[in-house]
Amino acid sequence: MKAAKRSTFYERVVEATPGGKLLGQCLQCGSCGGSCPSGADMDHTPRALFEMINAGLEDEVLSSNTPWYCVSCYACTTRCPQQIPITDIMYTLKEMAIQSGRYEHPGAAKFSETFIGFVEQRGRSFEAGLATRYHLFHHPQQVVKLGMMGVNMLRRNRLPLRPKSIREIDQLQSILAEAKAIAAKERRI
Amino acid sequence: MSDRTYPYYPGCSLQHRSHAYEVSTRAIAKVLGFELVEMDDWNCCGATEYFSVNRLPAYALVARNLARAADSGAKELVVPCSACYLNLHKTDKNMGLYPALGEKVNKALAAGHLHYEPGTVHVRHLLETVLTDFGLDTLKERARRPLYGLKLAAYYGCLVARPDAVFDSTEQPTAMDELFTALGAEPTPFRLKTFCCGGHMTQISETTALEMIHKIIKNAADSGADALVTICPMCQLNLDVYQGYANRLFDTNYEMPVLYFTQVIGLALGLSPKELGFGQEFVDASGIAAKIQDVPPPRAKPERRSKQALPMPIMPE
Repeated sequence: MKAAKRSTFYERVVEATPGGKLLGQCLQCGSCGGSCPSGADMDHTPRALFEMINAGLEDEVLSSNTPWYCVSCYACTTRCPQQIPITDIMYTLKEMAIQSGRYEHPGAAKFSETFIGFVEQRGRSFEAGLATRYHLFHHPQQVVKLGMMGVNMLRRNRLPLRPKSIREIDQLQSILAEAKAIAAKERRI
Repeated sequence: MSDRTYPYYPGCSLQHRSHAYEVSTRAIAKVLGFELVEMDDWNCCGATEYFSVNRLPAYALVARNLARAADSGAKELVVPCSACYLNLHKTDKNMGLYPALGEKVNKALAAGHLHYEPGTVHVRHLLETVLTDFGLDTLKERARRPLYGLKLAAYYGCLVARPDAVFDSTEQPTAMDELFTALGAEPTPFRLKTFCCGGHMTQISETTALEMIHKIIKNAADSGADALVTICPMCQLNLDVYQGYANRLFDTNYEMPVLYFTQVIGLALGLSPKELGFGQEFVDASGIAAKIQDVPPPRAKPERRSKQALPMPIMPE
């Protein structure tokens, strides 16, 4: 058996993204960056990032803040003349950055992880808990402002303090555990 | 008109912070004569958070809902939240489009004794359901209290218009504008109707989000709107709750009420603001009902360009 050649960074990004093959068709036209509502805060526009992926600059790409400033609005995806699933590529890069411990914006990853924690535990999101846990640990200086907002939400009956859970949480947790196992096995290949 | 029953996926937001959306949806359903039956033991769709960092478990999370809906015999699923709509729709679509992905998702589902055949459940947003199944003519007919004189900015946000423009344009959707016209209101020339509200950025990089919120509110106000109308709980939250913070950051003092499209339909159907969940918003919307006039406002005369502007020699009068 031939020794498997480790795939390039570009190949791994393509492989991990549904429809990722289209990345090879990038024209470098810049429609993505021009459409991006949060592009001004990004280290690199998506176009630049794609050329960096092409060039194999794994470290630079995975420590760029760009995917973390993606707001998931899909403006780039629908405007891309080559139909590259840009938003999904940003998701792939986020996942890779977390897996390899390289990310520019730890707050963003922590927000997602805190959110996911509640969903995995109860099957539903829980905003009062999410906001409290995330901000207490990561933005303690924001607590007073957050508290004010919480009080205003409560006064309008928009913030239940008791989380809801689904009935068959065991079923959901088995499914998620299996999905994680499959994903972990793939990463080792 | 139909006496229809729809399998319904409310999503977490409608149970918590966007209860007014749920209340107004149920209220108009009663008047229009359709019933929404909440699907059994649904779970969170993962919002943008789960998909962005944990792809395969995210697909499995969403697919559990699709599989359970299919097992209960549902052929369609009506979803009022844009993010839930996107995730459910995208999972159904991508499982079919990428069989390798579909296989892995089903392998995960099997751990919970479930299986989902992509394409079984037709995922529909509430706006699409109301507009296609009832139609503008029916809504116009049922509008007991036409919204004469009310100027509304139709805000679609992202996730229903994009990435898959299922029932409207990705760039310039008009479904809601047509709805307002049918109900007697006037849609304003609002340009940023599909510009992002900032999504979860309010939690991660607040100034990034506030700048986007500011642009939308300013554009709606400049278009002359009495209120901004959304189809998504996240958009409503950002534009309403964070409007004050955006005002502070940009030294402005906008007070643009942000409504759900179901509340607007409800007002036209003759329901009271209280029945439609008014009062939960941060920017006071109690004045909206009072702005409705009894007769249609006179039509503005179309403006002609001055003679000097015509590309012709000016004739002596």
